[in-house]
Amino acid sequence: MRGAMECMVQDLSVARGGVPLLQGVGFSLVPGEALVLRAPNGAGKTTLLRCLAGLQPPLSGQVNLPEEGVAYASHADGIKTQLSVRENLRFWASVHGVADIGEALERFDLVGLQTRLAGHLSAGQKRRLGLARLLVTGRPLWLLDEPTVSLDTSAVALFGDVVRSHLAGGGMAIIATHIDLGLPEARVLELGAFKARADTMDTFDEAFL
Amino acid sequence: MASIWEYANPRKFIATANRLLPWVGGLACVALLVGLIWGFFLTPDDYRQGSTVKIIYLHVPSALMAINGWFMMLVASLIWLVRRHHVSALAARAAAPVGAVMTLIALITGAIWGQPMWGTWWAWDPRLTSFLILFLFYLGYIALWAAIEDDDTAADLTSILCIVGSVFAVLSRYAVDFWNQGLHQGASLSMDRADHVANVFYFPLLVCMSGFVLLFVALVLLRTQTEIRARRMRALLARERMA
Amino acid sequence: MNALLIRDLRLAVRAGGGFGLGLSFFLILVALIPFGVGPETELLARIAPGILWVGALLSCLLSLDRIFALDYEDGSLDLLATAPLPLEAVVAVKALVHWLTTGVPLTLAAPVLGVLLNLPWPGHLWLMASLALGTPALSMIGAFGAALTVGLKRGGLLLSLLVLPLYVPTLIFGAEVARRGAAGMALETPLLVLAGVSLATLALLPFAAAAVLRVNLR
Repeated sequence: MRGAMECMVQDLSVARGGVPLLQGVGFSLVPGEALVLRAPNGAGKTTLLRCLAGLQPPLSGQVNLPEEGVAYASHADGIKTQLSVRENLRFWASVHGVADIGEALERFDLVGLQTRLAGHLSAGQKRRLGLARLLVTGRPLWLLDEPTVSLDTSAVALFGDVVRSHLAGGGMAIIATHIDLGLPEARVLELGAFKARADTMDTFDEAFL
Repeated sequence: MASIWEYANPRKFIATANRLLPWVGGLACVALLVGLIWGFFLTPDDYRQGSTVKIIYLHVPSALMAINGWFMMLVASLIWLVRRHHVSALAARAAAPVGAVMTLIALITGAIWGQPMWGTWWAWDPRLTSFLILFLFYLGYIALWAAIEDDDTAADLTSILCIVGSVFAVLSRYAVDFWNQGLHQGASLSMDRADHVANVFYFPLLVCMSGFVLLFVALVLLRTQTEIRARRMRALLARERMA
Repeated sequence: MNALLIRDLRLAVRAGGGFGLGLSFFLILVALIPFGVGPETELLARIAPGILWVGALLSCLLSLDRIFALDYEDGSLDLLATAPLPLEAVVAVKALVHWLTTGVPLTLAAPVLGVLLNLPWPGHLWLMASLALGTPALSMIGAFGAALTVGLKRGGLLLSLLVLPLYVPTLIFGAEVARRGAAGMALETPLLVLAGVSLATLALLPFAAAAVLRVNLR
């Protein structure tokens, strides 16, 4: 059981638009652990997360994640502006076969807003709604891409609490972020060390060079 | 014996194509010259159609290559999807404009021939209509290649379009047959009923057809080389951006 | 799947969903035809089945680029691709929603517009039958085209170029059913072939469209 829940990434290389960005990325994660990815802009954080989410094939390397266990949160929240907060959340809950959205609304302080149209929310409120979606996926591994963008300090603290209780419940998280989330126990992975060298092109598309 | 997949290496492909091109191109020129001169000047006029029948030496070979060009693209697309050889995808891309031009030649010569024979430049005859539809498929395919920046994405998408398009093209052919029974004099023109055409017409036609096949191969080889070099240039630019 | 169906239907009928645009376009198109070809009722009656079919097809085309583009822009498509729902099912539901919001209203409106064009009587029934059988295929083929062009800026024109040739068989058999119906001729063959084309399209194209979407999302 425990084995199936682990995350193992070995010697992973990813590319965007045919240009290798990262190579030799490796880490492992057991339930209850979080990993913070740090790197300058354009280094390949988003590409790495999309690859882990299974949206994009890796150039090479191995990715072993829990089967159907990944919840991905990108820059875009996937919120429909013509639907209310509750309708948005209920949709994702039923797609993932989860019945209850009350807890998610409560944890992100959205109860008072639940009948409001998502189009009328502020940027920070939208972001909270986007993050609340994670709670209704019922999935153990969260892949978060700059989750705190446009959140104020209290909302960041709120989010930190949610992540912590997710970890306490045996969940895992991989977070690309620049700011301190108040998760001292999280390990930090500096992606700068894995920057792809120009000569990797030769093995990648060798014949074209 | 070397595997055929060795030619999937772009460098090897370019080298081989360089060796082949003069021969294929030269043979194409000879075959076309011989075939067309023989056909146009050294065959008698048809007793019914007069000298107009001689456009057959352009019409039939180009129509042949219009269809076979698409078929070649289909095979190359399948190879790309299954074996991920870049040269294959680029060859499909290279063949598309050539095939489209062949289709256009077939359509235009068909119209020119139709004028004296049917008394109209254009009739919605099933065969002409099918070629018009085929031309539209070529246009869509070329436009999709042109619209997508990433080479591998474009190769994947156009390959799937080519496969789906092939199914619908065949379906359209039957639909068009059903829709209009047509005036085309298929019997006197088709290969498998060669006995309907007198040998005097048939042999130069064969030479012309082989000339068009060779011309098609030569053009596709040349254009594939160009596409490979263009792709190499993009890869180099990408590498420069990285460094 | 039901959740996605309900959400998309809700989005379609809410403000800015574009519901009814296709229908209005159909009406305008049909109203313009007599201005172009002249008011003789005999001529109009003769070309009515074809005009109505081509009009329905073009109206269908109008809303195709919305099938995936909106979900692509706001990130929902990424999230749907990582959800437990297979992408093939997502495509099928999206095509179904497009049909419910476009094909069904067009089918229901066509006989009414047939009156404007003096379509002879039993033709109305067969026009509706042929549209009911053919428009699902139009939506599914359109979803495939929309999946092909989803990542492109201003992909709308390209979408039409890709989709219209694929519409040819459906149009030919559909319009043939309507024409023969209006003329009171036997129409079993085109009707059966039309149904066959639609069923095969619905069965196979979701896989092609899902494959194309996966390529476009990476």
